[in-house]
Amino acid sequence: MLDADFFRRWLTTAAAAVDREADRLTELDSPIGDADHGSNLRRGFAAVTAAVEKEAPDTPGAVLMLAGRQLISTVGGASGPLYGTLLRRTGKALGDAAQVAETEFAQALRAGVDAVATLGGSAPGDKTMLDALLPGVDALSTSFAAACEAARQGALATVPLQARKGRASYLGERSVGHQDPGATSSALLFEALADTAAATKEASA
Amino acid sequence: MTGGTSPAGGGDRRVGIVLVSHSAAVARSVADLAQGLAGGSTAPVAPAGGTEDGGLGTSSDLITAAARQVDRGAGVAVLTDLGSAVLTVKALLAEGDELPDGTRLVDAPFVEGAVAAVVTASAGGDLAAVEAAAREAYSYRKV
Repeated sequence: MLDADFFRRWLTTAAAAVDREADRLTELDSPIGDADHGSNLRRGFAAVTAAVEKEAPDTPGAVLMLAGRQLISTVGGASGPLYGTLLRRTGKALGDAAQVAETEFAQALRAGVDAVATLGGSAPGDKTMLDALLPGVDALSTSFAAACEAARQGALATVPLQARKGRASYLGERSVGHQDPGATSSALLFEALADTAAATKEASA
Repeated sequence: MTGGTSPAGGGDRRVGIVLVSHSAAVARSVADLAQGLAGGSTAPVAPAGGTEDGGLGTSSDLITAAARQVDRGAGVAVLTDLGSAVLTVKALLAEGDELPDGTRLVDAPFVEGAVAAVVTASAGGDLAAVEAAAREAYSYRKV
């Protein structure tokens, strides 16, 4: 079972990963975006960590709702409302249970990913964060590690794609050959999830 | 609701307009332009441009503050430029309680739509009329 502490540690781990990879995310965002993805997400996740520590929500749903709210209000770019919606819709789907099963979380996260697709009007293959989120959530029924690997592969697979959404879509064919920054940061979230699950297992072993 | 310009219940209950751009200067200038072209005593208009620290981007806090500032109880029409401006407004609307009741994202070209919206709201048009006028701005072909 996953409790509020698990989700708090997931977000803290994600914030550390985003902080560590911020320069690379911004670098990926330079040729096809506006070179702010890393710094935007770093600011957003720093606010998430601070808010979750300060307010200490006591259910998984409340942790994710609070985190999503912070992302919507602090990121400043399109990834703010998109990731904010992902976490808030996932949190909403988890309700106010004190603990949730992994299968319940997988279902809730799928509702979150679907909400991202609706908000952005995107489909798989558009070279967006969905190209990592969808394979990640699909593989979550297998294991956290499998989800991490699937999301990473999904992000890598955006390289040959032509962007059909967001600023990169203005570049048309010139967007081909670059890895999508949003898919890359989405893969980081799954990596943080797998790391958190592995650390939880180790601590209880 | 009709697409006409029926009064929305008196001069001080006009539809509010919020203009969301990635740039504070663009949002402010388009607000000035629309109010200037509407002339006289216009409907309440508030720009919500850029990030809170003055950079290019979108601030949900500036958007919610602007919407509350122009809300007179007759609805608020929000016009945006692109990308995160659109997504942030949609995400706020999905929250349900972030923006005043009767706030609507209007699908319209930013400059032309803002002028049409402010003129219509200033004339006492209701929210549906303001939205229709702003949307109609898409149909003005230039060549």
